Amino acid sequence: MHIPDGYLSPQTYIPLLGAAAVFWSTALRKVRDRLSHRHVPYLAMAAAFSFLIQMFNIPIPGGTSGHAVGGAVIAILLGPWAAVLAISIVLVIQAVVFGDGGITAIGANCFNMATVLPFIGYGTFKAVCGTAREGTRVAVAAFLAGYIGLFAASLTAAVQFGIQPIIAADAQGTPLYAPYPLSVAVPAMVFQHLILFGVVEGMVTVLLLRYFIRNEKDLIYAFGGGQA
Amino acid sequence: MSAFQKKLLAGLVIMALMSPLGIYLPQLFKSEDAWGEWSPEKLKELIGFVPAGLERLADLWKAPIPDYNAAGEGASFGAQAFWYVASALAGIAIGGGIAFLLGRALRRRDK
Repeated sequence: MHIPDGYLSPQTYIPLLGAAAVFWSTALRKVRDRLSHRHVPYLAMAAAFSFLIQMFNIPIPGGTSGHAVGGAVIAILLGPWAAVLAISIVLVIQAVVFGDGGITAIGANCFNMATVLPFIGYGTFKAVCGTAREGTRVAVAAFLAGYIGLFAASLTAAVQFGIQPIIAADAQGTPLYAPYPLSVAVPAMVFQHLILFGVVEGMVTVLLLRYFIRNEKDLIYAFGGGQA
Repeated sequence: MSAFQKKLLAGLVIMALMSPLGIYLPQLFKSEDAWGEWSPEKLKELIGFVPAGLERLADLWKAPIPDYNAAGEGASFGAQAFWYVASALAGIAIGGGIAFLLGRALRRRDK
């Protein structure tokens, strides 16, 4: 889901850089003076974890490959705004140091993976979990948070790819940037995240949340932990 | 650092050491790059041309360790795995370090 340089036209990546900048500055404001000092080491480990989990490329045999991001579980544990910061740090390092995701596409990639994923994931978790604090309901909520969160991020990425032939073609109608239309990009991106990568994101969310419920339950943001 | 945090940190290091699975499994199952992340050369194979704007922007940035592999695309699996693990450890250090400093700067100072 790391959109490289060249796939998005300036009329797409510039507004998305603007959108990401708004989310970054809002996240800094929301987290400033509110982040519990007990969450600080976990914020660091969350960034490290997201970087690492994204290195585990999962193959679809004979097809493409992809990976989980860990964005939903970070949002549940530390709050969605802290997740915006942790994942954005990771995505910027990936683009600048490792060429994974484009420099021009940093805004788009941060919008999809560092904003859409944690917020849709967190919202899904809260909606499904209700007041439950353990048991099957929490596990189902956690799975759906990862699954639907990553699905949503793949959908926004697919739309960014798919609108390029419409908004950025030359006089003959030849695409200048990403060449595949929405009718190809959306099914391709969304399907693979629904059948595999989203399932992995869901499982990662369930397992890590369960581990935190056993060990640091009172710190879990979605259960009110660490909030002023 | 609490015992739980030490366990998590150990888990992160283990993940870094196991990370070459992330290049091994796609090779084993003959799966290709992620959808939409093709190189211009690969895109040319797929659609017969390289879109003009894409060609202009594609090489905008030369990353110091492209694709977590400073040994080059043709390098042995061992060399690629080495760079992958090194990149993973660097990711823990840089990503974790920046997030830690940011968290320290932003935290609530109530006690």
